[in-house]
Amino acid sequence: MVIAVSSDGPTMESPACPRFGRAPSFLIVDTDTGKHTCLANSSAMESGGAGIQTAQMLAAQGVNAVVTGNVGPNAVRALQAAGVRIYLSPGGSVKEVTDLYTQGKLTEVQGPSVPSHSGLGWRRI
Amino acid sequence: MATHLSVPGRQVTTVLSVASGKGGTGKTTVAVNLAIVMSETMAVQLVDADVEEPNAHIFLKPTLTSSETVSVSVPEIDEALCTHCGKCSEACAFNAIMTTAKTALVFEELCHGCGTCRLVCPSGAIRERQRPVGAVEAGHSRDISFVQGRLKPGEVLAPAVVRAVKRQVDKDSLVFIDCSPGTSCPVVQAVRKTDACLLVTEPTPFGLHDLKLAVEMLEKLQVPAAVILNRADVGDGRLEAYCQEQGLPVLGRLPFSRQVATSYARGVPIVDESQTWRDIYQNLAASVSGWATRVSRLRRQD
Repeated sequence: MVIAVSSDGPTMESPACPRFGRAPSFLIVDTDTGKHTCLANSSAMESGGAGIQTAQMLAAQGVNAVVTGNVGPNAVRALQAAGVRIYLSPGGSVKEVTDLYTQGKLTEVQGPSVPSHSGLGWRRI
Repeated sequence: MATHLSVPGRQVTTVLSVASGKGGTGKTTVAVNLAIVMSETMAVQLVDADVEEPNAHIFLKPTLTSSETVSVSVPEIDEALCTHCGKCSEACAFNAIMTTAKTALVFEELCHGCGTCRLVCPSGAIRERQRPVGAVEAGHSRDISFVQGRLKPGEVLAPAVVRAVKRQVDKDSLVFIDCSPGTSCPVVQAVRKTDACLLVTEPTPFGLHDLKLAVEMLEKLQVPAAVILNRADVGDGRLEAYCQEQGLPVLGRLPFSRQVATSYARGVPIVDESQTWRDIYQNLAASVSGWATRVSRLRRQD
């Protein structure tokens, strides 16, 4: 399985990012081989539709599942349309989160965990 | 500043936008009370372009005689024709379309209705459908012709409704267009191509900060501006100093008054219940008319 973990930095030791569309980067991890690469999220600063663009970018990478802190309604719709499964993580390093995924300890979600624009923090509207 | 007068535009000045920068400075109060006193001697139209929360109707209590739906175009994708090439999602400035290898998804609430996706689609898979986002209502109150826009709750495309509202402007009347606060898209849409703009503000640091933004916006849009100072006896002198420095005419100074606040809270125009305030607004009307005439004259000389 190829999973994408939202991340605040470029390595497996970086903190996993609690946001999806506004995450600065993703670590694309092949859980079978342990190989991983970092992908910068070019949509993180979009004024709107960040989750949709991020989902499209990850789907184009052939990702089977995303692991993140929270997802909004548009991101869920976009990921589901692309056939990408969604798992929520409690936080920790990207490596810890990936281990939780491979041990089957993360919850898969079928709906949004937060309202639109939550990843904007104080700018939330 | 000279640029406030030597700007392109119509040779008569009858369509006046009422804007502010800062919220709560008294745009609607000024627009409504000026409209009332001026409608006693001439044809006046009041246009409420604050479509997210139109409130002039609370004071004017108009009889509404028509209501038209305002719609924007949104794309509909024919999956039978779509090749999932992704050109539409690449072209969309608002991230409203997502394409994957198997499907194309439209996120309607992000769509601004620009139609670019349909133009770039190489397989003719995109049709446009009309999606209602608001309404324009018209009627009258006393001798005032009244128009207001209403954006549907949850919608964001205020400029589309503002555009529709402005199509109802009757240039043969004296028109007051009550705008929303700030300097964002709905305000730009409301003030652009008006003959002149009345900036209602207050002499506080907040009033001054946001007035500067509004003045910059009007310079870019080349709309002549003048200031009406509300609650003129609070705050400090910095706002008036700024107006002087910029050559912005101050057309009136309205004193702070509890009576104005209580009549506002009851939804009653102050000119209806206070002779003092009727006199204040009649003076303001005279100075607004005088300024509009000067704007027209300077334009004719250009």
